[in-house]
Amino acid sequence: MSHVELKNVSKTFNLRSGGANIKTRALDNLSLNIERGEIVALTGPSGCGKTTALRIIMGLEEASGGMIRVAGKEINGCGLDRGMVFQHAELLPWRSAVDNIRFALEANGVAASEIAERAERFIDLVGLRHAMHHRPHQLSGGMKQRVGIARALAIDPEVLLMDEPFGALDSQTREVLQMELLDIHQRTGKTIIFVTHDLDEAVLLADRIAVMVKGRLREIIDVNIERPRNDMRAIRGSEEFARKRHLAWDALHSHPEDAVAAHGSETSDTTPLRATA
Amino acid sequence: MTISNYHESIAVKKPRFSVKDMPSWSITLISVATLMIVWELCGPWINPLFGSYPSQIIRSFLDMMSDGMLVRAFVQSIQPFVVGYALAALAGIPIGLLLGRYRVFDAAFGIYITAGYATPSIALVPLLMIWFGLGFSVKVVIVFLMAFFPICINTTAGVKAVPKTLIEVGTAFCASQTKIMRQIVLPATLPYIMAGLRLAVGKAVIGMILAEFLTALSGLGGIIINAANSFRTAEMFVPIILVMILAVVLEKLLALLEHVVAPWQREISGDGH
Repeated sequence: MSHVELKNVSKTFNLRSGGANIKTRALDNLSLNIERGEIVALTGPSGCGKTTALRIIMGLEEASGGMIRVAGKEINGCGLDRGMVFQHAELLPWRSAVDNIRFALEANGVAASEIAERAERFIDLVGLRHAMHHRPHQLSGGMKQRVGIARALAIDPEVLLMDEPFGALDSQTREVLQMELLDIHQRTGKTIIFVTHDLDEAVLLADRIAVMVKGRLREIIDVNIERPRNDMRAIRGSEEFARKRHLAWDALHSHPEDAVAAHGSETSDTTPLRATA
Repeated sequence: MTISNYHESIAVKKPRFSVKDMPSWSITLISVATLMIVWELCGPWINPLFGSYPSQIIRSFLDMMSDGMLVRAFVQSIQPFVVGYALAALAGIPIGLLLGRYRVFDAAFGIYITAGYATPSIALVPLLMIWFGLGFSVKVVIVFLMAFFPICINTTAGVKAVPKTLIEVGTAFCASQTKIMRQIVLPATLPYIMAGLRLAVGKAVIGMILAEFLTALSGLGGIIINAANSFRTAEMFVPIILVMILAVVLEKLLALLEHVVAPWQREISGDGH
């Protein structure tokens, strides 16, 4: 049994535009099985439904149809079995770094004595002990996102959900955090589903890349790069990296008119606005 | 940082006095002092019936202090002010939170807040006198009506301005509704609540004086009316200035309190130039 199972997940939004109600299909029968310890990247153009899919898995939005199981249990709203890393970290500005991690633990009724110890353990995991009492505005973008990752991991979820976690960072910081994420994955063995529009990032981090176009799963690409992936330079220069990046690019860009034809009748050709990443 | 360093290095080379280097409080002080001096110099030229000037007002102030009349009036005025303002805060903040957070609550009761705010409270005073008499309670009610709406409306606006994603953080980590309310919505709304409380000080002071004018003459408002009726203009200025100082001091105290309860806000927004 797969660790995370998506079966025929659909999502329809009602958009009002110019007085008319337009139904937009953000997700169209998305089915995907993800194994324990696997890293899966959801990628695709803006409005392809990748973020919507992630938000539905988290329980922040309700699916219009279909079913999702995490570790064999069907999900219903939010749950401690899933930890979310937000695009802009979304730390509470009035709490220090370590207190932001505590928030996740307090919300989940962890014993008071354990909260302090666990929050510090996870601030250590992301290497921020020196800044643990800083408030978010005193942290750099990369540090904020590290706290965001620590916060999600602190509840010890089955699966880590990441919504373009490094998209707002400068490219150097992004590379550092990608390395750190690979390292954290190596140490914790968490299942990770992350949304990205960056194909390089998808190939570097993921075991499989799910390419989505217009709410549908276009293609799944296996990335056969050995773990641990420590040598970024060698991986970026490798043949496999180049080939898989090409494949993903092709999947995104080939036959866009097919997608319109297959889909056009139902949704007209409006892209789902709410689902933009 | 680089810009200020740049200016500093210039200043070292060519030391020149600039207003921009002065602290804000000293600029305020100079402004007030200049006004006082101009007023003091021009005042004696004006008919004492129509105006007064600082030295005369201070003389009246000392007279009124020595016979205890001013202190008595102040105590009389401040009591309904404090009670009315406190009740307004106690009611306005929770009601504002509920209106902002729950759509159904807002749809059901928001209209009364808007209507109440739009109604000139002064128009209700005759009715309020029939209901509550001429004494202490009617003054409390008038102060309450003046202060309640800015507090409530600001709180509601603050809740509605809380970023959706912050609430989603609570949802994603399975926080209960009460926890989201107390640990996300309330702290995120605090700057708005404080702004509402500050606005309400000015309104409540108006309510206090208005109540004393229109119901039984008493307190500082009573002094103003009595002094005006007997053309003692300098004496009339004393309570006016006292009330003004009271409002400014309270407003500044609340601003200070805001930095204590919501220190992150100042750090995020940065002060004006």
